[in-house]
Amino acid sequence: MTMISLSGVNKHYDSYHALRNINLDIEAGEFFSLLGPSGCGKTTLLRTIAGFEDIESGTLKIAGADMAQVPPNRRPTNMVFQSYAIFPHLNVAQNVAFGLRKSDLSKPEQTRVVGEALEMVGLDGFGARAANALSGGQRQRVALARALVLKPKVLLLDEPLSALDKKLREQMQLELRRLQRQVGITFILVTHDQEEALIMSDRIAVMFEGQIAQLADPQTLYRAPASRKVGEFIGTMNVMPVAQNAGSLVIAGLGQVSAPARDTVSHAGIRPETMSILFPGEPDRDRVAAATIADRAYYGDMTYYEVGLDGLDKTLTISMKNLMGREILEIGTPVRISWREDALVFFDQ
Amino acid sequence: MRAYTWTYLIFLYAPIVLLPLFAFNDSTTIAFPLQGFTTKWFAQLPTIPALTSSVWTSVKIASITAILSTILGVCAARAAVRYRFIGKRPIMGLIMLPLVLPEIIVAVSLLVVFLQLGLSIGSWSVIAGHTLICMPFAISILNSSFQNIDPALEEASLDLGETRFSTFYRVTLPLIWPGLIASLLISFTISLDEFIIAFFLSSTEPTLPVYLWSQLRFPTKLPVVMALGTLLVCLSILLLALAETLRRRGLRKAGQSTEGGFL
Repeated sequence: MTMISLSGVNKHYDSYHALRNINLDIEAGEFFSLLGPSGCGKTTLLRTIAGFEDIESGTLKIAGADMAQVPPNRRPTNMVFQSYAIFPHLNVAQNVAFGLRKSDLSKPEQTRVVGEALEMVGLDGFGARAANALSGGQRQRVALARALVLKPKVLLLDEPLSALDKKLREQMQLELRRLQRQVGITFILVTHDQEEALIMSDRIAVMFEGQIAQLADPQTLYRAPASRKVGEFIGTMNVMPVAQNAGSLVIAGLGQVSAPARDTVSHAGIRPETMSILFPGEPDRDRVAAATIADRAYYGDMTYYEVGLDGLDKTLTISMKNLMGREILEIGTPVRISWREDALVFFDQ
Repeated sequence: MRAYTWTYLIFLYAPIVLLPLFAFNDSTTIAFPLQGFTTKWFAQLPTIPALTSSVWTSVKIASITAILSTILGVCAARAAVRYRFIGKRPIMGLIMLPLVLPEIIVAVSLLVVFLQLGLSIGSWSVIAGHTLICMPFAISILNSSFQNIDPALEEASLDLGETRFSTFYRVTLPLIWPGLIASLLISFTISLDEFIIAFFLSSTEPTLPVYLWSQLRFPTKLPVVMALGTLLVCLSILLLALAETLRRRGLRKAGQSTEGGFL
C-alpha cells in the first residue's frame, strides 16, 4: 500500500528552486531515507510532508488523503526534530504525554502508554527527570517516544543522529532500525550521511539541487549508481575517462574492455573494494595492470592504497583487508593490481 | 579613573541618600544639622486625601500601562523574532524611538495632537503616553525571551496536535513567562515614576509625581514629600530588582546565558 504519494511537487524560496517537480511514492511500513548534501532540498521535502511548508504546485497524499488544506496538527505524521525540540518547561513524562491531551485516553491510560513508550526507547523510570537534565542521546529517545506514543502513520526524522558522537550514533542506527521493525510504522529519515542511509534504509532517494537523482534500495544504489554524481556521493568511486575506439571502450589506465560500446559513455567507475593488489607470489587473476603505490592510509582493519597507473593522470583508491600475515606495502613499491570488468559502472558524463 | 568613578557615583546617588535622611529628620526645614529621629512624616502620609487619591490614580495608570505595553510588546517582539516582512527594520526602529526622544517633546506633541483631535485629556491620555514610552522597554525584554525559544519547539507542538493558539498557551507562554513578568514590572515602575508626560496629559486627577511636584511650593510640606519620595525610591528599586531576578532565572531555566539586560 502506498503511504505517501507526491506528484509534481514544486517549491521556491524567493528565486531559489528548492523542490523541482518531485514525484515519489513511499510504501507503508517502509524505512525510507532522503539522502543528499546540505541544501539539496531533503529537509524541505520532509517539512512539506509534515505540513510546515506549503507546496506551490503538485499534490501530496498521505494514506490516500489529499493534504493540501490540512495543517500539521491534523496530519497523521509526527516528527523527530534535529534539535529534538524537547519542551524545557516540562519533565520527561509530560513531554511524552504532550500530544495525548486530545486523545480519548483517560488519565491512568495516558500514564500507562507514556510508561510503555519510555520503556520502548529504553528510558524506563526517567519520567520525573527534568528535560534539562538529559544527555543528547536521552533527549533523542524522549523525542522518539513523544512522537511514537501518538501511533502516527508516518514518523519523520530530521537528521536525528547528527548531534550524537560516533559510538552513540552507530548504536542508535541499529536501535532505530529495530524500533521501526517493531512498530511497523513508515519511517522517513533525512540524512546527509550516506553510510547511515545505507545501514538503515529499505529504499533511499538521493537528492541533488531539489531533484531526486536516484531512487533505489541500498545495494542497487551502491553497485549501480545512475550517474557519476550519485556514485561519487555514495562511498568512494574511482572515476576514469573512457575513450571510444572502433566500437569498443578504452578506459584510461586500465585498457580496453569488452563491454558493448555506447556512444554516450564518457567515464567508467569502479569501487575501491572490487579491485585488489596482488602481493608477491600471488598468481594473476581476472584483469591485471601494473601500478605503483603512491600513498597509503592505515585504518587498522583496512589499508587504503592510492596507486598510480600509466596513462591515468590521477591515482586510484584500492582498499585491502589487513589479513593476518599480509604486509603493508611501502610508498613507491611497484605492484600488480587485479580488477574485474563486471565491477565497472559506465557514466554518460 | 577610580577617583573619577567614585566622584561620579557620589554625584549621582548622594541626593537620593539625602532623601531618607531628611524624611526621618524631626524638623520642617530641610537643612543640616539634623534635629532628631522621627517617623511622623511617614505617619502623616495616609491622612492626606489628595495624596492617597493620587497614589490610587498612579497605581491604576501604571497597572493599565504595564498590561497594555506588555501585550503590545509580546505581539511586536514575536513578529520581530519569528517573521520576515517588508519594512521590519524601519518599523522596529520607529517603535524603539521613544527611548531616545526627549520626553518633553513626546508630551507636548501628544498634547497638541489630542487637543487638535478635540479629545479631552485625562487618565486615558496619560496611559496612552506612558504606553508609548514603556513599549521599547517591554519589547527589548520580550525580544530576548522570544529569541531564546527554539522555533522547533512551537513546530513540535503543532506537530503533536496543538493549534497555533493552544501552542502559544502551552509552549510559548510558559517559556516567556519570566520575561513577561519582568516587562510588566519594569513598565509599571516607569509609568509610576514618570512625571513630564503625566504633567502635560493629566487633567483633574494628578498622578503621584505630579502631586509631589505641586506640593513643593509649600515649604512646610517638604518633609512629607521627602517621606513619600523615600517610599517611591524603595519601591522602584525593589520592583526593578525583582524584574531582573525573574528574567535571569528564566534564562537559566532555559539553559541560556544570563549576560546582558538592563541591570
